[in-house]
Formats: sequence, structure tokens, C-alpha cells
Amino acid sequence: MQLDNLNREHMCSGHVGCPGCGAALAMRFLLKALGNKTIMIIPACCWSIIAGPYPQSTLKIPVLHSAFETGGAVASGVRAAHDIKGDTETTVVTWAGDGGTFDIGFQALSGAVERNENFIYVCYDNEAYMNTGVQRSSSTPYGAWTTTTPGQHWKRLRKKNIVEALVAHRIPYAATASIAFPEDLMRKAKKAKDMAGSRFIHIFSSCPTGWGMPSEMSVKIARMAVQTTIFPLYEVEDGLRYTINYTPKGYLVNEYFRLQGRFKHLTEEDLESIQEMVDEDWNLLLRKAGVALETS
Amino acid sequence: MRHVLEGSHAVSEAVRLARAQVISAYPITPQTHIVEQLSEYCANGTLNARFLRVESEHSALAALIGAASSGVRTFTATSSQGLALMHELLHWASGARLPIVMAQVNRAMAPGWNIWADQTDSLAQRDTGWVQFYCENGQEVLDTTIQAFRLAEWVNLPVMVNLDAFFLSHTYEPVDVPDQKSVDSFLPPYKPRFQLDLANPCAFNQLAPPNIYMEMRHNIQMAMDEAFTFFEQMEEEFGTILGRRHGAVEAIRCDDAEVILITSGTVTSTSRQVVAKLREKGEKVGLLKIKLFRPFPLNLLRELTKPASKIAVIDRNFSFGASGIFAQEVKAALCNFPGHPPVYGYVAGLGGRDITTEVIEDIYWLTKNSTAPENESSWVGLREVDHAVGQS
Repeated sequence: MQLDNLNREHMCSGHVGCPGCGAALAMRFLLKALGNKTIMIIPACCWSIIAGPYPQSTLKIPVLHSAFETGGAVASGVRAAHDIKGDTETTVVTWAGDGGTFDIGFQALSGAVERNENFIYVCYDNEAYMNTGVQRSSSTPYGAWTTTTPGQHWKRLRKKNIVEALVAHRIPYAATASIAFPEDLMRKAKKAKDMAGSRFIHIFSSCPTGWGMPSEMSVKIARMAVQTTIFPLYEVEDGLRYTINYTPKGYLVNEYFRLQGRFKHLTEEDLESIQEMVDEDWNLLLRKAGVALETS
Repeated sequence: MRHVLEGSHAVSEAVRLARAQVISAYPITPQTHIVEQLSEYCANGTLNARFLRVESEHSALAALIGAASSGVRTFTATSSQGLALMHELLHWASGARLPIVMAQVNRAMAPGWNIWADQTDSLAQRDTGWVQFYCENGQEVLDTTIQAFRLAEWVNLPVMVNLDAFFLSHTYEPVDVPDQKSVDSFLPPYKPRFQLDLANPCAFNQLAPPNIYMEMRHNIQMAMDEAFTFFEQMEEEFGTILGRRHGAVEAIRCDDAEVILITSGTVTSTSRQVVAKLREKGEKVGLLKIKLFRPFPLNLLRELTKPASKIAVIDRNFSFGASGIFAQEVKAALCNFPGHPPVYGYVAGLGGRDITTEVIEDIYWLTKNSTAPENESSWVGLREVDHAVGQS
């Protein structure tokens, strides 16, 4: 991978993220790849706080903080305004959490990508409403404790597969990325930047505060999520061409679960059934990639 | 040049003449004719604008928030349920100080489904920080929509131009459509005071702690005050170029009136006839039309109602648990003035029921023959219904 701007920083120190915040790392890597000819829309999420209060801003690019469910729509308007002014070059990016993407912002996102609006939508995924104190979202994985799935009511529903939902819109580019694989993340961001139409990047962003783990585990946990195929790294072009970017070496999910407080209530049996679900999802992805290869 | 135009198309023509740059809308009856025409103008090149066909009213306004933050002239249109869906972002647009212009067709709120005229939809958005106008006829709709852009951009507040469903939105009237040159001289290209700018990267709408939030709110109120002052000046300029003024309020034969009727929207036209007829009979009746609802024209109202011994407010809207909304506002405007005339509130025409000359005349006689208001609102023309339904 060739990136000529690795040393450039478009994010200042002094942000107000928690120690070990995966979303802060994700932002830093993304902006290194996108550069400063970028306008960013941030609907309500952890980053509404992390970016800093008035009159400070930790980002060295124009930022438009927006209402929770408006990520797709506000970006559409920013793009349209720049286009009518003759500026078709500036990259317009929406930067939203999983709540703003999977749940409350899904309608506006679906609308925007159905119109194939020319922008990049990035979801940094910490798998719950962390900014409001760890409530479950439709991105919260099977088995997880949150403050609204407490005790014996831990979440017994699967995580919504947001990338496949976006792929179903047949957008030009959809990809997953991880803070533990920064080169892959930045390559995908750069690739997205050089394309037109609606582009979606889903970044796995660990959250020590919400997941019940030490802050220094943030990157390791994110890496394990990829290695176990809980969060596979892949990309899909035009809703058809699947490329799997990382082939795991058979790590089991129980190692990943054992390190996080949010899963400590799970029994061996629970973990076995989760392992089956993860395997099933991975095999499904392999089939999709394989089917795409055979027909291309 | 005079054309026979539908009320909706008076809006469309104004937006074309105003050279809006980004338009975003979602279909809802009876607003659709406005944006259909604009969509056509964007498609055939008459108007050089981007038209965003979004998936909801919420997204329509959200998109304009993005566009206006990028420094371009923006427009949307909606009605009733669509406006209610926008509610959160109405606050956002004013809080972000964006000069977005909206045409709002006053239609009743469901349930039951009712697409006809009723002002409760926009009056329920009273506290969202938008300048609000209520128009009487097609000409006023066209002129006010053009003026709305000028006013919005002057004070950095969003402006809502309201027109009654069907009575105005779907009625054809002769309307003078000004030439482009005149409108251009009244409304120069938008020069934003701030915008998303790569050369000067700033964060907008970010976290505003208690040490600054209150000042930001106060600034909005100062802009509202400024809007009232600037409105007068703007009407002067508009009058000089285009030869028409409508006024924040219009007083018809109020100077010597004993009873003043207060109206807004299309019921004003019907009331004009009633006042003329009653005057012929020697009745001392006047009519005060309120066009500008936010900022509310407190001082004008106090001044113009001084001669009256009674005020009758006709509301095609209602605040449950209280009264008609214009009546509330009028009472609030007068309450600190000892000796002000008593205010009679009348609710009529909800959900598109006709407010005929007979209804208005009844309201006049009821007021004249009463010694004091018996309640906060009298509902005019209620039919006999079985109120016991559902009660055991």
C-alpha cells in the first residue's frame, strides 16, 4: 500500500475520548487517508463529545454536528450545495456511531444510498449506545450485557448485518475495517475517496468503557474480533464483487469473549452456540465471495 | 405581468425568481403542486438548482440544514404531518441560524385523516424559532415568499410562509409575477456570514455547555427583534421596486371601530366582505389581519386595538386545554395594558369547514350583544353529536 500522507495529522491531541477509545483511533486513521479536503458530518454519537465543546474542535477540517438520525440526509444537502457551487472535489463524509447508523439513522442512510449520493458514510461501531451509558443497539452482539440487557436478560438476538443491508442497495463500495488493521483501514478509506457515488465503511471500534476491559486491550480485542471471524475484513464492489481481505487462522471465539466483562455471564454452552453462529456467518460470507468469483 | 395562478404555483414562481439553489421535499397533499412545479423547473433548466427527492420530510429539512450550512439558498415545502415530522429539525434550523425558507400549507392534523385547512399544524411549531407568516391570497403568497429569502438571510433565521390548504393552495387567482430583474434588485445573491469552508475549518452546532448555551438562545431572540425592525424596511424596498406592501398587520376601518375582528389567512378575505356590509348598515366594526405571527407584532396590535371596546378573534386552530392560539397571543399582548378591551375567542372552520360570511356575521353580533366573554373560546357552528360514545 502506498500512502504518501501517513505522517499528516488532521486530528489534534486533547480530544475528550475515554482512554483506549477505538473511535478516536479510527478517526485518526481515516483522516490520514482522506486528507484535509474533507467536510465531515457528525450526527449524535460519542464523537459529538469527543470532538470537544464550543469553541474548540479537535479536527482540523470543517465539521457539521447534526441531529441523531440525519447522517445520510445532511450529507446529501452538503454535497448538493457544493455541487451547485461548482465544488465537486471536496470529499463529504458522514461519521456516525452504530446507533446513528443501524437504528435511528437507518432510514436517512438507506434513502441517501438509494439515491447514490456522492459521499462516504463511515460507521464506527462500538456495539451499543456508549455515549448515553451502554444501552443495547441493533449492533449489540448476541450474548452481550448492556444496561438495557442486564442480568438474565442479556441480548439473545443477533447483531444486525449492516454491511449486507448496504450491499443490498447495490452501492459502489461497502467495506469493513478495524482499528487493529490500520493499513487495511486507510487503504479502504483512500479507495473509497477515489470512487464516486455512495460508499460505506464499517469500522470495528472497541470501547473499553462499555465492554468492561482495560484500555490497553482495545487494539488486541479488535484484532481478535477479526481473527475469530466475529468481524471479518472484506469489501464489496457494486453489491456484487466480494473480496475477503484477511483469512483467519482458526481462533476460537471463547478467547475473545473471556476478556470482556460484557460477556462474563455466558456459560460454556452459550459460547458453543455462539461459536456455531459465528461459523455459520463466516461460511455464508465465504459462499457469497465464492459465488461472486464463479460468476465473474 | 399578471397571470392566473394557483396559490401553490405562486410559491413556485417566487422560488424560481428567488433563484433557490438547493430544494428538498417529500410529497404530502396539499403541498405537492409547489414542488412538482419546481421539480419541472429544475429538470428543464429554468431554475439552476439541485432538487433532492428525499425519503421523508425529516430528511428534507435535514438535507437543507446541510445545504444552508454550505452557504447556498435553500427551500422546502410541506404541510401538517410532514411539518410535525420535521419538528426536531425546525429547532435545529433556527438554532444553527440557517436562513431556510419553507412554504407550509396549513392542513389539519390526523387523526382522523383530514387534508383540509386548519392552522394547528404550524401554530404548534410556534416555539421553534422560525419567523412565521400567514398569507391571505395568491399575490401575498408570491410576494411574501420572495421577501422571506431576504428576511431570512438578513437575520439568519428560517422563515415559514403559511397558506391555507385548498382555499389558497388550490385556488386560481390573478397574480402579478414580477420580472427577474426587479426581483434580482430586491434580492441579491446570498452572501452567507458563515459556511463550511476548507480554508477556514470550523465546527458548527457542537457541544454548547451551560456557560454559553443561554447566550446563543438570547442571540436568536435578538434576531427575532431585528426581524421585526427589518421587515418594515424590507417592505419599503419591496414597495419601491414592485409597488406593493402587505404589512405585518393590516387594519381595515379600525380607527373608529367599537368591535374589531382579528383574523389570519384566507378568512380575512371573507371578513372584509362582512365588515363592508356591516359598515353599510352603520355598524362600527373593524378588521385586523395578522400576517406576521413570529415575531409577534405586539406594539402594532396594542396601538391598533386601542379605539375598540371589544375584540373578537377568529381562530381556525386550537390548543387543547386552552383556547384558540391567536386569541391567546392577543390576550398575552394586551394583558399588561390596563383598560384594554375584552378579548372574545371564537373557534371556527377546523379541518376545512367553511367559515362563511354568515358565520363571521354571527361572531360579530355575538360579540356586540355580549356584556363580557363567557369563556376562553366559543366554538362556532358545532353540530349536534353524541358525546356519550365510548363512555359507560
